[in-house]
Amino acid sequence: MNKPSKNAPARNHIFSLPADWSAHRRNLVLACIMALMLSFVGFVQSWNLAFSLLNMCLISAIMSLGVNIQWGYAGLFNAGVMGFAALGGLAAVLVSMDPVPSAWAAGGGGISLGLVIGFVTICVNIYLWKRARSQGKKRYWLIGLVVVVGYSLMRMTIDPSVAAIEAVDPAMTGYLGGLGLPIVLSWIVGGLFAAAAAWVVGKVALGLRSDYLAIATLGISEIILYVLKFEDWLTRGVKNVNGLPRPVPYEVDLQEATWFQEIITQFNLSIVEASSLLVKLCYAGLFLIVLLTIIWLSESALRGPWGRMMRAIRDNEVAANAMGKNVTSRHLQVFVLGSAVIGIAGAMLVTLDGQFTPTSYQPLRFTFLIWVMVIVGGSGNNWGAVLGGFVVWFFWIEAEPIGLWLITLLTSGMEPTHWLRLHLIENAAHTRLITMGLVLLLTLRFAPRGLIPEVKR
Amino acid sequence: MEMLLNPLVLLANFVLVPGLAYGSQLALGALGVTMVYAVLNFSNFSHGEVMSFGAMITILSTYWLKSIGLSISPLPTALLALPLGILGTIGLCLLLDRLVFRFYRHQRASSVTYLIVSIGVMFVIGGVIRFVIGPNDRNFNDGDRFLLKAREFKEISGLSEGLAIKSSQAITVFTAVIVVAAIFWFLNRTRTGKSMRAYADNQDLALLSGINPDRVVSITWIITAGLAAVAGTLYGLDKSYKPLVYLHLVLPIFAAAIVGGVGNPLGAIVGGFVIAFSELLLTFAYKKVAAYLFGEGLFGDGLLQILSTDYKFAVSFMILVVVLLIKPTGIFSGKSL
Repeated sequence: MNKPSKNAPARNHIFSLPADWSAHRRNLVLACIMALMLSFVGFVQSWNLAFSLLNMCLISAIMSLGVNIQWGYAGLFNAGVMGFAALGGLAAVLVSMDPVPSAWAAGGGGISLGLVIGFVTICVNIYLWKRARSQGKKRYWLIGLVVVVGYSLMRMTIDPSVAAIEAVDPAMTGYLGGLGLPIVLSWIVGGLFAAAAAWVVGKVALGLRSDYLAIATLGISEIILYVLKFEDWLTRGVKNVNGLPRPVPYEVDLQEATWFQEIITQFNLSIVEASSLLVKLCYAGLFLIVLLTIIWLSESALRGPWGRMMRAIRDNEVAANAMGKNVTSRHLQVFVLGSAVIGIAGAMLVTLDGQFTPTSYQPLRFTFLIWVMVIVGGSGNNWGAVLGGFVVWFFWIEAEPIGLWLITLLTSGMEPTHWLRLHLIENAAHTRLITMGLVLLLTLRFAPRGLIPEVKR
Repeated sequence: MEMLLNPLVLLANFVLVPGLAYGSQLALGALGVTMVYAVLNFSNFSHGEVMSFGAMITILSTYWLKSIGLSISPLPTALLALPLGILGTIGLCLLLDRLVFRFYRHQRASSVTYLIVSIGVMFVIGGVIRFVIGPNDRNFNDGDRFLLKAREFKEISGLSEGLAIKSSQAITVFTAVIVVAAIFWFLNRTRTGKSMRAYADNQDLALLSGINPDRVVSITWIITAGLAAVAGTLYGLDKSYKPLVYLHLVLPIFAAAIVGGVGNPLGAIVGGFVIAFSELLLTFAYKKVAAYLFGEGLFGDGLLQILSTDYKFAVSFMILVVVLLIKPTGIFSGKSL
């Protein structure tokens, strides 16, 4: 076995084979096992299911890449993944849906004016806070007054407009709509939205104790969700936005296209199944492009001077600070970048679903599950985060049938109507919560470096 | 006179009384978080689920007690079952410490590692709770509903506004006062309490002076578990028990602990009330109060509500942000346990 010598030349190309081939072989084996599991689902259950699993795995992989940028590179704990993903989803709605002219006519002006007033109030406050430092206690009263006046003005302009907009054909629209642009654009916009929110949270909570960031992000994600649920003029709230345009062809159009019918006759497939498979393949292709781009960018960053600086900060903040690195602003930077990646994934998820349902955002599914992905995969290693996204999403979906099957098997000796058996089967869905918790705890305890550990550079 | 009394009663009915009860529940929860923080030095995200677990054991014990015919009517049976709930929660916390947290303590892990571990623990407890009792709403308050009914108050006082006090609210405040008094007596007057404070203040120095760390940690978990079980049960008694709610309760509880100054018990209590009253004051519709003071119709149709009730949980976050911006160490900074 030939270990690389200490002064072996550093590899510059990202996708080239590493000198330590044995570790790489292990990673390849792991990736192959994952591919085999997905194809197993294809053979046993259905290929349609396998490909929707693959698509969700790709999105999960991007989300866990975002968390890995924050946690693996910088040791920042983001407990608000859900909120940033939801902001991405909002971007999908705002970019791609057609505008509702009657709603804009009814209250667009009022809303815009109100938002401007709110923005001005915040700016005045920041200005006062910075400039009136010499005023002592008077500063608090001044700011309080500005907040009260600004907020009342904002509510007075916004409230009637909100009511007017929500009254415009509430069953169909009742909101302002979007810009009517291609939905793929929203992936970038979603990243920008999430980055902006992350910047605000980071400004407040970074530089303080490390757990404060966790609590602040948990809070902001809840608030984002409340806004998305209750501000009907923006998102239709719990009425959901359905029928988002797609970046890929529709199944129905494919089935009617002659070229598609001709190709299908070559294979032994039903046309309905083939069309939905092709649509899923198109999505998978788009997602794969995004995933590879993000990996390429973050791997190059990690290999460059920036990555070395981030690792130095993560491993010893005091020393890095003494070396002249601005720890807080580097943390802010990496936090914003990671959140932007999560926002992109959030927009992609809504694009795949074709609808925006604010109630579907649950912290367990969107925040903590992503964390399990990063930690199981191997924090600090991008390939690990991707593998974690695949593996954990796979078992998150497949744990329910497996759990149900296990419980049915274990209780098969009991009478079919025994209360314990019924109770267990009824609550089998909750086993996946326990499973995920145990997986997280066991990984942290016995394999804290994850499936693909961070590479020592 | 009535013009002034009516709005006061209105505010007392919708802000003061519920605020006292909710504030006590938050204070008890924040006290538990702050104890773990002070002694074990990490933010315990699983505290909400531990509260939920305590409430669950109490509910199951209540059902058992009722099935054998025990009851302390007019008080809810849950009060009789509460000691069992506390014991069960203490068992859970000691088990968790032995199986999970002790390993990281011996490793002297960073507080963020602890945080992630506590999230894993939260997952597991939450799953167990849902597995055992199911995710549905449960009302287990079988005592008298009201200590003072709105109609009775109107008859006694002759005012047009009523003041209602639910018995669960009275029980909450009463229990919280007793528990908090006991905790402060324990921390300040007993030898064990003092050793705990010493350990929280400076771990190495405490070890040098012969304090047994394992004993201090166990006692901390016992107290935290007791507080969590009481807080969880009181919250469930007051508002009905629903497992999902406790997950969301973590945010106001942490906000309360931070607002007061993490690691400071007095701060946790003050923080709890600050959060509770701000939530209620900011989401209260002042329309009727204004109508009493300034006559009808002066402010048009608006509810005069600062924030819609939908944003109740957002209030605790906003206060948290303000505190982090102005005084990140909290109201009672610089002094722990």
